[in-house]
This record gives sequence, structure tokens and C-alpha cells, in this order.
Amino acid sequence: MKALRFRRNLPRYAAARLAGSLTPGRGATVGPLELVDLDLPAEPGPGWVRVRPRLSGICGSDLATVDGRSARYFEPLVSFPFVPGHEVVGDLDDDQRVVLEPVLACASRNITPACTACADGRLGNCEHTTFGDLSPGIQTGSCHDTGGGWATAFHAHPSQLHVVPDGLSDEAAVMVEPTACGVHAALAARVPDDGVVVVLGAGTLGLVTIAALRAHTAPRTIVATARYPDQRRLADELGADLVVAPDEVRRAVRRAAGTRAIGGNGQGSEGEVDRLTGGADTVIDCVGSSSSLTDALAVAQPGGRIVLVGMPAVVELELTPLWHRELELVGSYTYGTETLPDGSTARTFDLAFDLVTRAALDRLVTATYPLARYREALQHAASAGSRGAVKVAFDLRDERERNAR
Amino acid sequence: MTNGRHPAPRPGFVLDVDRNTPPILFHHGPGFRLEKLPAGRSRVIYPAEPLDGLPDPEAAIRHALLNPLGDSAPLPALLRPGMKLTIAFDDISLPLPPMRRPDIRQRVIEAVLDLAADAGVDDVHLIAALAIHRRMTEGELRHAVGDRVYEAFAPKGLLYNLDAEDPDGMVILGETPHGEDVHFCRRAAESDLVVYVNINLVSMDGGHKSTATGLAGYTGLRHHHNVHTLRNSKSLMDRENSALHASNWRMGSVIRDAGVKIFQIETTVNNDTFGREGPLALLQKREWEWTGRERAQFLAMRTGLDVLPSNTRRKIFDTWQAPYQMTSVQAGEVEAVHEVTTDNVYAQQLVPVEGQTDVLTMGLPYICPYNVNSIMNPILVMCLGLGYFFNLYRGRPLVREGGVLVMSHPTPWEFHPVHHPSYIDFFEQVLADTTDPVEIERRYEKQFAEDEWYIHLYRTSYAYHGVHPFYMWYWGSHALEHLGRVIIVGGDPAAVRRLGFQPASTLSDALEMASDVVGPQPTITHMKNPPLLMADVT
Repeated sequence: MKALRFRRNLPRYAAARLAGSLTPGRGATVGPLELVDLDLPAEPGPGWVRVRPRLSGICGSDLATVDGRSARYFEPLVSFPFVPGHEVVGDLDDDQRVVLEPVLACASRNITPACTACADGRLGNCEHTTFGDLSPGIQTGSCHDTGGGWATAFHAHPSQLHVVPDGLSDEAAVMVEPTACGVHAALAARVPDDGVVVVLGAGTLGLVTIAALRAHTAPRTIVATARYPDQRRLADELGADLVVAPDEVRRAVRRAAGTRAIGGNGQGSEGEVDRLTGGADTVIDCVGSSSSLTDALAVAQPGGRIVLVGMPAVVELELTPLWHRELELVGSYTYGTETLPDGSTARTFDLAFDLVTRAALDRLVTATYPLARYREALQHAASAGSRGAVKVAFDLRDERERNAR
Repeated sequence: MTNGRHPAPRPGFVLDVDRNTPPILFHHGPGFRLEKLPAGRSRVIYPAEPLDGLPDPEAAIRHALLNPLGDSAPLPALLRPGMKLTIAFDDISLPLPPMRRPDIRQRVIEAVLDLAADAGVDDVHLIAALAIHRRMTEGELRHAVGDRVYEAFAPKGLLYNLDAEDPDGMVILGETPHGEDVHFCRRAAESDLVVYVNINLVSMDGGHKSTATGLAGYTGLRHHHNVHTLRNSKSLMDRENSALHASNWRMGSVIRDAGVKIFQIETTVNNDTFGREGPLALLQKREWEWTGRERAQFLAMRTGLDVLPSNTRRKIFDTWQAPYQMTSVQAGEVEAVHEVTTDNVYAQQLVPVEGQTDVLTMGLPYICPYNVNSIMNPILVMCLGLGYFFNLYRGRPLVREGGVLVMSHPTPWEFHPVHHPSYIDFFEQVLADTTDPVEIERRYEKQFAEDEWYIHLYRTSYAYHGVHPFYMWYWGSHALEHLGRVIIVGGDPAAVRRLGFQPASTLSDALEMASDVVGPQPTITHMKNPPLLMADVT
């Protein structure tokens, strides 16, 4: 099979980090990622099935890996070499189309009894991602034994698979996984009815989160930040009430929340907006940078909730407002089972399938590449916003190796 | 009247540009451009030279107070012991640039206070009639009224800025037949006499607008500071054809009928904006009369300015104080006074112009009524060009309907956060959404006008009211409706586009872009302003 493989290679990792810092996505040209022909590993266990990807998305965490920006936190949670790719729609050997739910939790690791989190349906919180029958790996795409979506084939556990309804395009189906992240974040935000919620960032995660907020919550105002015109347009179309540039967000939230503001230097800075006295009920940070988290802390009202969705790595942050304003800062990673505002429960992926259809999120897939052009694909994905793109994916439908029987 | 100190001032006139016409000086914010206009189809409107000032301003003021116009007794006859007297005066927005000491307001207020003291009046308040403008600082108040007046009244809390958002300090005097609320300063309303001290820099100023606008807040202003009224003010500098003034006049009747007695004092200044001598004198000279030395001085000044950071340039210009001289003073009943004042403004500023033009060009200076000691932000650029200069006409606009306005100004994406906090939000949120004044008014005005933070900053800091940027935009709404395109030369392209206008690097580029709208070889008229002129277009 053909695959993009990521090896442990510290010199190349350092080179990727340097290249990626100069031009996002350039880590693919000098780093440990390489296009290789290799045999599909043996099935990790009984019941596992082969998936032949049709479309496989590139997400922000993949780009962080390629550019050497991943947190060292993940080192014990992955197993090298691995094939990235966890946003996948593919075919089983019986040609059934499936979407992958990539978390490698207790069920796929053949661990019984399941941990508390898995038993509760909170797969993303699985306590056993380094144990069981599989090598370490929090998801397909970071585990040596399973392979990943940036290949013409990989292995999946039946518990990870969702059948794609007839009529749902591949482009829509490949959006289900990131949309599930957005749904989970929107529900984790606990947005009060008639409240003000802020979504920082309008890349894929930000946009699907806006759509999920509009579908599953009832805020008075959704304020979103967007850096580029197409992001601005899509955020507006998907349900944001007010879309502003990132450096305008504090003033925008002040207006939306109807609160006062404090300037940075006290006397003589009246009219400047360093932070708000009140603010938004909830802030969902889909960027995860020092800057976005600082904004979040500046615009969340006392007692407000900040949900961190974007993968942060190492950030530098003034936490005094968290303490002084008694803010909640919570993470939102992947999905599992959700409790909806009406008290009912549902699988996040089921909600995501529905939302992808209702909000026509297939429109977010704006560019596809064959595996052989992975360097271009990754550079495109790394500069998606400025190039008018949102989701960039590998299109494997015409790969010879995939279609060989 | 002349004191014979200067040659007879030459009136304003229209120059037809030919091949021998030198490059024309364009103001360009805190800087300048020299532009060669196309020969054979361009003309330049020059302002009149400065009229001579009154030789003895104090005597003229005293004469006006003792010999009022219209149905009014002389001021001493209106003053008596035990009465409440309120003296309201124009704020920092007048004159432009600020004038050298002594400010006319100081001269007039001192004369009024002398008479009040003679009459035994001891309940006197002085109020800067700033409506929803920013509060004046101590330094600005001292400059306007003089140190002696300031120190006699301000420490006792008797000299202060109007607070039009003070619920206890404002009253509704009634309603006009058109349903307009007349919102008014309570202290003025409860006074036995209100003396209003004007500096009528342009013909828009004064009349009933002094009190009906200057002593009002949003509740009253919204009835005439709106898109409908300003689109029907053609122009807002021509009271007879201004819906804005008609509304203020209706409000003036309500104020009078409510028993508020107003003694109006109006003054006019000459065109000596940049001085007959000194570093800026050539700005009010005609280019072909520049001496070789002046040309060298100009080039040196321009080169020097070009290398300075914008805030340094701004500070240099902010230090300039105009040597304006008072050309007239009249006092008494509001309307009678204003008729004479308007004639005196016209005597200095009106320039006859035959026919309209396809393309109107103007160089916008560094200052407008709302950025004294502040930053000329993009919204103020729009307002100065489309609100003020465009409307400096009587009869017909200088540019034909569907024509093009070309303005020269750096238009930086820069705001003074203390003075203009709501402007920043207006620029970031409102103009990013729409530039249509009707939509802006419908969807956003109320939210900004009632924003508690803006109100707090207006009342306690030095911020223009939250609704003020809306009024700036409405001020240009007649022009926006009239024009086919607006182009800004030398502006920040992003800021210019946010305004809904087109950026151009050079005047030649701008004229080429204008031809897309008005056709090839358009007629061009340059309004060489300031010093101020008003076009009387037939």
C-alpha cells in the first residue's frame, strides 16, 4: 500500500520545526514524513477490518506534527512510526462506506472492564490509551499498529466505524469527525439561553463549532473572530451574529455584552479596551494560542467559562484574570456521548452526521490532493485561511494501490 | 470696516487652469501635495483674502451689547440683582484651528460679566455648550474664556461642560409641531436669561442652532441629526435650504415659548487662518505669487514633514493657533442677529462660481471640528470632505449629480481611543457591515446611542458621545447620495476601502479612475480650502 509515514527522527524533526516556523507546512519537505510503499501491518486483533480511505482530511494537530510543533506531552501517547490521518471516510472490503471515529479507547484495545470514562461513553477521556492489545496511540493516525488515513489502507475496530448513509457525499462524510469535535465543544460550553458566546478562530473547528452552537444552543449573540474574508463569510453563513477580526474581538464582545471596559494603563487610557468588566458567558477558543487564550481571559465575564478546543501546545499566559474573575477554563477534546440541553443523550457522531447534512458542511472541503502531492497539500492546509480554503483533504479514490483487489 | 493696515483684500475668484498655471497646493492632512491640474478643463476656486478685523474689538462688543438687534432690550436692561444668568458658549470645535489669545469668547464673556457685575448679578453659570461633543479640558477652557474668568468661576463649579446625559440636568421643554422633542439644559431653562456666545466660523453656525443643538442631548438631536433631515439639507451651510436648520428653528420657537429668554451674541472672523507672515503664510497665497524664497521654504517644509512620524507631524500642526481677527459682532434677538451674521460670513467666504463640474477635488487639512488636539480618523476624513467641504455651497453642489469627488488625505487607520472610542467600534463593526446611512441608522444607531460605557466615557472622560460617529456619517449622506464615486488620494488603502471609497496613489490615477464614471476629459474643479470659502454656484 502507499502511505505517508511519520518516523521518529530527531534531526529531521528539528529541521521540520525550523522549516515550519519559517513557512507553515514546510515541515513536510524536510521532516520525518515520507511517502512510502509498505505492506499493511497485520490486523491488530480479531474482528478488525480493513478500511480503504476515500477522503482523508488534514487537521491542525496533523500540521503541528508535520511542522514539529506538537507538544512533548504526546510523546508517550503515540507509537512510531505511524501513519497520520484520522478524519476519514472510506470503504470496507464489502464496499460499505464508513466514517472513522478514531479514538482508540478500551473497546478497540480489548480492555475489559472498560475504564470509567469509556463506561460513561466519554471515549475521548479513555484512561487506557497506552494499554491493552495496541501500541500507544490516542487515535488512529498516531498508533503504529493501526495505520492511518493518509494511506490507501488501514485497520479499524468495528467499534470505531459509522456507516455512511446513502446520499451523503464523501465530502460531507469526511467532515463528520471534525464536526463531532465542534458539537462536543458547543455542548461542553454550557451556553445559557440568551447568553453571549464567543468563538475564537474560524478555521474548520471554529466554523463547525459555530454551526453546532446554532443547532444545539440558544444564545442571544454568537461573536466570532475570523482573519480572512472567506472565513468571515462562512462564519456569518453558519450562524455567527457578529464576525470581527481577531484584534477587534474585545471591543466587539464589549458591545455585544453591553458591558464596560478597562484600559491597559489605568489613568489616561479611558476608551481603550484591555479587558471587560463584564463580558461573554462563554468563550470557545478554537485557536489555542497565547494570544487567543489571552483574549478569552479578557472577554469572559466573571464566573464565565472558557472552553479550549484548539490544541494549545506550550503557551505563555497571564492567569491573574482566571483567578481574579473566577473563570472556568476547560478543555474539549474529541467526543463520545453527549447530554443535550433537554436532558437526552446521543452519540456525538450521530449529532455530527445530522449537522453536516443540515448545515451543508461539505462546502468546507475546499481542496483535495493525491497522496503524491502531499507537500503541496500540507502547505495548502497550513495556509488555508489566507488561500480561501477551509478543509484540505487527501483524495485517495483514484489511487491505484487502493483499488487493487 | 477697515483699519487700513493691509491693502484692500482681494475677493475670492475662479482661476481657469492653462499650461502656465503652476502646480496647485493641496492640503494633505498634516502635510501637503503640489498637483498639476489638466489645462483647458480645470479650474481652481480661491478663497478671498482676509478681511480686516475690527480695529477695537472690545468697543465693538460693548456697542453690540448696548445696541441689540431685533426685539431685544440692551443687555444691561436685562440684568438685575437676584436673577439667574447663564452664559453658554461654543466649544472646542470652534474656531478652526483654535485662535490665538485672546479668544473671542474671552473678550465677549468678560464684557458680559462686567455688565452683570455692574447690575449686581451674582448667580452666574458658564457652560460650554458642547451637546454630545467631548468635554473640554481645563487648558482648553482657559484658552476659550481666559484665565481670569476660569479662575473666578471654575473652582466654584460655576464654569463647566454641559452634561447632556445627566438625567437631572436636562429637561424636555416641549415638542415642535413636527413632533420633535426639545431637550434642553435645565440650568439654562431655569435661568432668567441665557446669553449665548458664538464664534460663527461658517454659515452653518449660530442662530437657533446654538441653543437648540448646543444645549441639547441625544433625545433632541436625533430629530434633526438624522439621514432624512441631512439628505434634505441642500446645503447644511445654507440655512434657507437646510432641513437641519428648519428643525432647529422650530425648536427655537418652542424654547422661546417655554419662557427661555435668550440674548444671542454672534461674531465672525476673517480668513487669516495661517497668518499673513510666518511659516504657514504661503498656504493662503496664490501659487503664482510665491516668491523664490517661499518656494524653497515650502519644499523644505514638505520634505521635513515627510520624514517625520505622523504623530510628530500632528503635534507640530496642533500647536498652530490662527491669528483670526473678529470682523463683526452683533447681539440681541436670535433671528435678527443671525441674519446679519450670515451676511458677514458670506462677505468673507462666498465666491461666485458658474456651473457645476464633473470632478471636484479638494485637499483636506489636518483639522476638522472634532479632532482638535486629537487624531483625524477615517470617519472624520469622510465627514470633513463629504459633510463639511462638499456642503460649502449655495445654490447647487459644485459637482454635478453622479460626479466624482477626489479628496487628498493620508486617511490613517488610526483613532484617538480617549476622544473617539465609539468611532473605533463604528469603523470596525458598522462600516465593515454597511456604508449605507439608512441601514446604519436603522440597525445600529440606538445601540450605540444608549451604550452605557460610551455614556460613562462621555460624562466622565473626554469622549465624544457614542452616537457621534453616526452623525458624522449622516453629515455626509447628502453627498453620498449625490456623488457617483469618491476617491481618496494618498490614503491608507484599507481604511479608504472600509469607508466605501476608492484609494488612489496619485491625482493622475484618481482622475483616470474618475473617467470610468464621468467619461473621458471631464471638467475638474479644485476647491482650494482652507482658508475657508463657500461656493455660490449658479
